[in-house]
Amino acid sequence: MLIDAISFYIFAFMVLAGGVLTITRRNAVHSAISLIVSLLGVAGLYLLQQAEFLFAVQVMLYVGGIMLLFLFVIMLVNLDQAARERQFNKAWLVGLVAVAGVAAEIGYVLYRGRDTFHVADSLAAVPPPPALGNTEMLADALFSEYLLPFEIASILLLVAVVGSVVMAKKRI
Amino acid sequence: MYPITTLHYLVLSVALLLIGTVGVLTRRNIVIILMSIELILNAVNINLVAFSHALHNLGGQIFAIFVITDAVAEAAVGLGILIALFRNKETVQADEIDLLKW
Repeated sequence: MLIDAISFYIFAFMVLAGGVLTITRRNAVHSAISLIVSLLGVAGLYLLQQAEFLFAVQVMLYVGGIMLLFLFVIMLVNLDQAARERQFNKAWLVGLVAVAGVAAEIGYVLYRGRDTFHVADSLAAVPPPPALGNTEMLADALFSEYLLPFEIASILLLVAVVGSVVMAKKRI
Repeated sequence: MYPITTLHYLVLSVALLLIGTVGVLTRRNIVIILMSIELILNAVNINLVAFSHALHNLGGQIFAIFVITDAVAEAAVGLGILIALFRNKETVQADEIDLLKW
């Protein structure tokens, strides 16, 4: 559908423009706001692909949670001095060349393999009858097939919480 | 250009991944390096969801949820380390923390 294509290009522009602004701004708050635009673009792409649950998680967890954490830390840490200094390190040219090399490699792989993706796309053209909503199906899979990874993820979060509290303590 | 295929999502994901990598490799400010890591993780998620949609397999979306969980844990620990670092060294520039450098 045409509306899908237009939405895709709008969201893709949001994602890429937000990303470029994130890594080029001098002021960290501006970077954070650009990153929010980029993350909202990614959320829109999830919605275009019928991943409604991930859309909600992206908006609530990323934009609402992680970015709030970033903004708190930006306010907690004095970044005025850092904003006045040089923004890029001495090896920036090496980094750019390395990334250009990786870009050429991945681009070559995608170019050579561009025909193999049509199998997946012809599959997507005839969607199976939707049995349940996206959230219900995800919950079914998450609590049956993927129960062990789910529990391990909760342990990971516990470790991360304890770790960050210990790290941010006055005296370690 | 039209219609939108899986390849479009893959190209977008590659572009975002490379932008994030440039940020990690070239910026000095640690806060912005952490933000670039979030960009990289989002590029991975776009890829996973695109294949999940194309193959009618929910596994990609489940994996994306775990990637988001990891991103949360990484951001919390990373920012905690940053605060501890700022308290001890009074700097947020990555190349000024060179105690282990010869």
